[in-house]
Amino acid sequence: MKYLCLVYLDEKRLQEVPDAECVAFDAGLRADGRCLASEALQSVHTATTVRVCNGQVSITDGPFAETKEQLAGFYMIEARDLNEAIQIAAKIPPARVGSIEVRPIRPIRETVAAQQARQKH
Amino acid sequence: MSEDATAKARTTVDAVYRSESRRVLATLIRLLGDFELAEEALHDAFAAALEQWPREGLPASPRAWLISTGRFKAVDKLRRAARFDSLDERAEQLEALVDEGTLQPVDEEAVKDDRLRLIFTCCHPALSPDAQVALTLREVCGLTTEEIASAFLTGASTLAQRIVRAKAKIREARIPYEVPSQPELPERLEVVLRVIYLVFNEGYSASSGDSLMRADLSGEAIRLGRLLRQLLPQPEVNGLLALMLLQESRRPARTTPAGEVVVLEDQDRSLWNREQIMEGLALVKEGLGSGRIGAYTLQAAIAAVHARTHSITATDWAEIVRLYEWLERLQPSPVIELNRAVAVAMRDGPAAGLALVDAILGRGELAEYHLAHAARADLCRRLGRTVESRASYQQALALAKQEPERRFLKRRLAELSE
Repeated sequence: MKYLCLVYLDEKRLQEVPDAECVAFDAGLRADGRCLASEALQSVHTATTVRVCNGQVSITDGPFAETKEQLAGFYMIEARDLNEAIQIAAKIPPARVGSIEVRPIRPIRETVAAQQARQKH
Repeated sequence: MSEDATAKARTTVDAVYRSESRRVLATLIRLLGDFELAEEALHDAFAAALEQWPREGLPASPRAWLISTGRFKAVDKLRRAARFDSLDERAEQLEALVDEGTLQPVDEEAVKDDRLRLIFTCCHPALSPDAQVALTLREVCGLTTEEIASAFLTGASTLAQRIVRAKAKIREARIPYEVPSQPELPERLEVVLRVIYLVFNEGYSASSGDSLMRADLSGEAIRLGRLLRQLLPQPEVNGLLALMLLQESRRPARTTPAGEVVVLEDQDRSLWNREQIMEGLALVKEGLGSGRIGAYTLQAAIAAVHARTHSITATDWAEIVRLYEWLERLQPSPVIELNRAVAVAMRDGPAAGLALVDAILGRGELAEYHLAHAARADLCRRLGRTVESRASYQQALALAKQEPERRFLKRRLAELSE
């Protein structure tokens, strides 16, 4: 099973977690074959929100909701089940100052492919 | 490595994972003294197998290889973590592992006991019954959190939380990883048997939700029963396995294809699974001959009377009443008394049974138990006391929660009006 671990934290507390520690954790996770992709994000001030309303592209500056914690990065991981995913998420260094949202991946490609195969028959 | 070789290696490793992963985990928990560390080590050992086995060939004993590789990986990981983690706990853990002769060869006998240690730890009485069930299914049977959640109609996060808390309790309360010694054993075994029977019943009696997954739970409980019998051949372990097999044998006859309940007296007995019956009967015989007869063996003996008989009228009700009386002495409970009353009604006629059921209800016991009212309704119906019968069916209906049971009671009510 694939899970996306979204890292949320108050950007003011970002420096409480050393970058070197995050990189070392990431390297370990990749070496174990559990990490499929991971990145850290630039500050939320650099964000742009895009929407299409009635065919019109609307662009706004920043995120559309003011929250205390912002999305700061993500890890796409491979785990046997939710508990294993939680075990990994609990070790993500920024979990100490923020929170990690663990979301199972919806196998959309497989589902659609299966639907299409059924329709053919 | 070519793509073909990679696929082949994965198939081999997957097969070994299915047959060995629970055993390897059980041993790693003992060696590393920690569930989470052991689970990580298990993962790392299989990842290493996937990489090394295609190159170096399958080791002579994949199990021993996985155990020592897992142990090595865990020590290695703790060393690396110690660089970033100044906590003394890590250092202590590492010292302890190295001290305990980490490189000793794997002891086969100890490895066998590890599965029992794992079962007894997951079913430790300090954990809540919900947690015991979840932990046993995940750690001993190897089901995923999501599978357990769907079988118990619970959200995955709720179930995940339950498992996280249970593991934290094992760690923090220092629940020992051991097979209880003789004076403690009967009581602790009781808990293990209860957990297995709970899993079985969840798959057997519940009729809502994904019925396929729920039938799997009964299969899982039977597998657990077999494993336990192999590891700890005690009379009550036999008794529980026999009981589960004999009940499971009726599954094909218990519901119509449309999912309607078929009561025992209306079941087509030719649909009963003969193989399970033969196995169950042999176990009952063994259990009754052991001289240490417990509640599960007695319940299995009652199920065996039904399994041996080809119709409800040919049933030896006197024998069933006798077994219920025995069971009641061993484990007094109003539910067993109710079952005895129903058997008495079959032996001596509905009036005799009704007197006993009324006595139980008169004491205020089982007033909230829908089957007590359903039993009363059925006996009144047989006696032609339609008004009382209808009132009792209605009470049963008001208390029954499962849809197929409710439909059954409604059918009976409708038949009364005809």
